[in-house]
Amino acid sequence: MHKCVFVALAALLLAGPVPAVAQDQSGEGAEQFIPITSYRTGPYAVGGIPFQDGFVDYLKMVNARDGGIEGVRIAWEECETAYKPDRFVECYERLKNRGERGASVFNPLGTPLTYAVIDRLPADKIPLITLGYGRTDASDGRVFPYVFPLMVNYWSQNTAKIRYIAGLEGGFENLDGLKIANVHHDSAYGKETAPVLAKQAERYGFEVQHFPVVHPGIDQKAVWLNVRRYRPDYVILRGWGVMNQTALKEAARVGVPADKIVGVWWSCAEQDTVPAGDAAVGYTCSTFHNNGTDFQLMQDIITYVHDAGDGTGPREAVGTGFYNRGVINAFVTVEAIRTAMGEFGARALSGEEVRWGIENMDLTDADIAAAGATNLVPPIHVSCADHEGGGKVLFVRWTGETFETASDWLEPDRDLVRGMIEESAAKYAAEKGITPRTCES
Amino acid sequence: MFYRETGQYKTTYAADRAIFPIRQDRIGIAILLVVAFVVIPLFANEYWLRSVLTPVLVFSLAAIGLNILTGYTGQLSLGTAAFMAVGAFAAYNLEVRVPEVPFLVSFVVAGLAAAGVGILFGLPSLRIKGFYLAVATLAAQFFIEWLFTHVAWFTNYSTSGVITAPPMTLLGYSFESAASRYLLTLCIVAGMAIMAKNMVRSELGRAWMAVRDMDVAAEAIGINLMATKLTAFAVSSFYCGVAGALWAYVYLGTVEPQAFDVLRSFEILFMVIIGGLGSILGSFLGAAFIVLLPIFIANASGLFGGAFSAETIAHLEFVIFGGLIILFLVVEPLGLARLWQIVKEKLRLWPFPY
Repeated sequence: MHKCVFVALAALLLAGPVPAVAQDQSGEGAEQFIPITSYRTGPYAVGGIPFQDGFVDYLKMVNARDGGIEGVRIAWEECETAYKPDRFVECYERLKNRGERGASVFNPLGTPLTYAVIDRLPADKIPLITLGYGRTDASDGRVFPYVFPLMVNYWSQNTAKIRYIAGLEGGFENLDGLKIANVHHDSAYGKETAPVLAKQAERYGFEVQHFPVVHPGIDQKAVWLNVRRYRPDYVILRGWGVMNQTALKEAARVGVPADKIVGVWWSCAEQDTVPAGDAAVGYTCSTFHNNGTDFQLMQDIITYVHDAGDGTGPREAVGTGFYNRGVINAFVTVEAIRTAMGEFGARALSGEEVRWGIENMDLTDADIAAAGATNLVPPIHVSCADHEGGGKVLFVRWTGETFETASDWLEPDRDLVRGMIEESAAKYAAEKGITPRTCES
Repeated sequence: MFYRETGQYKTTYAADRAIFPIRQDRIGIAILLVVAFVVIPLFANEYWLRSVLTPVLVFSLAAIGLNILTGYTGQLSLGTAAFMAVGAFAAYNLEVRVPEVPFLVSFVVAGLAAAGVGILFGLPSLRIKGFYLAVATLAAQFFIEWLFTHVAWFTNYSTSGVITAPPMTLLGYSFESAASRYLLTLCIVAGMAIMAKNMVRSELGRAWMAVRDMDVAAEAIGINLMATKLTAFAVSSFYCGVAGALWAYVYLGTVEPQAFDVLRSFEILFMVIIGGLGSILGSFLGAAFIVLLPIFIANASGLFGGAFSAETIAHLEFVIFGGLIILFLVVEPLGLARLWQIVKEKLRLWPFPY
């Protein structure tokens, strides 16, 4: 007869999910709802947890310090995606009607996740901010009105790496004849920069060879022996997750010096360098924001959130690469909402209104200084046609204990990238039957 | 008291061979179909239709496919996700290269392409069995994922390697709304489920089961082993291929090769095992269990307010999910379908079991 209990249990579970009550994280009155989709589990949780802690801490700080955005408190709800597109779609559908006026803007935090909802955005009128990842050609705002790959997309970022290498070599003319090894994660993400590298190799006369690393990249002995055999002048590391630390260790083992390795920003965190130990000292990688806590904005987070005992994660994480990236992501989101409130008034905004805010966001040096983020982020100026916003790339070097600044804020080669973006976006528009909007006004 | 077939006489062979020989079952299934086809699209909101019910249906189809191969024919396969990928990419390539083709046709082509690949990777089953065959099908899994990642033609030279499905229109009607997509999936899945049910009751299905139970004996009574095993692979892969196309087109609208990795294969295998090997109903129950349970746990934890941090909830989900799987397998190793059968047997005697 005990089986009956289990039958009842099975029936209960199969009866499916009950819609949960939205948890409001703050008090009474008008609230701006921001949905949060995170991956605190799964293969990439190592990066996802500090990132999300930074994101949430920034929102908590804005609520505690300013009482919200322009007096409108921020409410949020977190949904676990485990970095899976199908889970993200479930989260998206679950959260999109939460809050007073629906979800304001999604930060999917993952390229495949971004792709999964792009087609739904125009119908739902919800914008997407993909900070430093996502669909590169969505930078063309005429074809993708609801998608904002803000700051610097993968292609722009890669051209900045070439500029950095050219700087080390003493000018673009010295790139001629150089050999660059592109060691990349063998996935769609890893291969994405191959076309732009090919184009630049043609222009500047250097040579590129690609070395794919099979996911998850725990064993890379053979790859690095081949890299060694190729004798590259520089190595571009386009890694992800556990692959990064292994790559650095293997590079040291075969004798590729760490200071000749230039990493992408998903290979640019303490989680990648600390486990590699001495092998990582001198390793340089690119970011679109600065690390550390020597900024007023980061100090405010410590004061208003961690000192108040409300920190989401461990205090030591504040200032690390992923944490700061989460903070910057939240910062950009909040500033976009602030821009929109300047137009529509200080009240809870809908997705469509926030979309306007992102598209008209113009963060000058003065704005960034006022936010206490000087040198933490570069100025951003988004427009109807340009959804990337003209961020810059900073190179940082691992000293064994911390990341130190290794370059100025470098400008990507936007002319080259823009042409490729428009070409790719036009192809997408043709495939989907989209008429690109005009951006004259 | 109510669930009793007393007085229901079968006077024709057709009645004797019906899928649901008991009148109460027929009424039950009719109510279920009315609910699924009419009530749900009318009353369910977009969240339910789009992100809960549609994936359950798509996974049910894939689980039926695997159940035909593993549950009915006894050939353990770990390549299910690969066959889904073949279906998704076949449908995509056909639509992109020949835009005139209606998408329903490309779904069929997706199934056929997957069936072809399935036959190819089913060939080792003629020589190897059991766990060794599972390893051989694992080759399909890794090879196909590698192929779609590396041969850019399959993704139409997309720089990111992620394909997005073209819009679905049929006779001028565009399948955009959540309800229309749900109904489309439901029609395809229900139709194919009935076909599968009839297939496993036919000579073909009985041959499959004979091979599963003892292949030497099956051969001795005149069953062609090669043809039987390969048709099982073909039919199973066809179902998986269509499921893959539905996944890419109807559910996500986009797909990357990594979405069909070996974990997805395992997921579908678990659905079949938990739902019940050798049961069409079990495929539905297993898919519903595996898809709904994490969503249920995530939603239920929201009821406790801010008592748990998001991180704790995310990990709690794994703990509860894993625990329940073990619990169900301990209580009823034959799966949810067997539980349902027990319920029905008990119902016949209720309320006077002695």
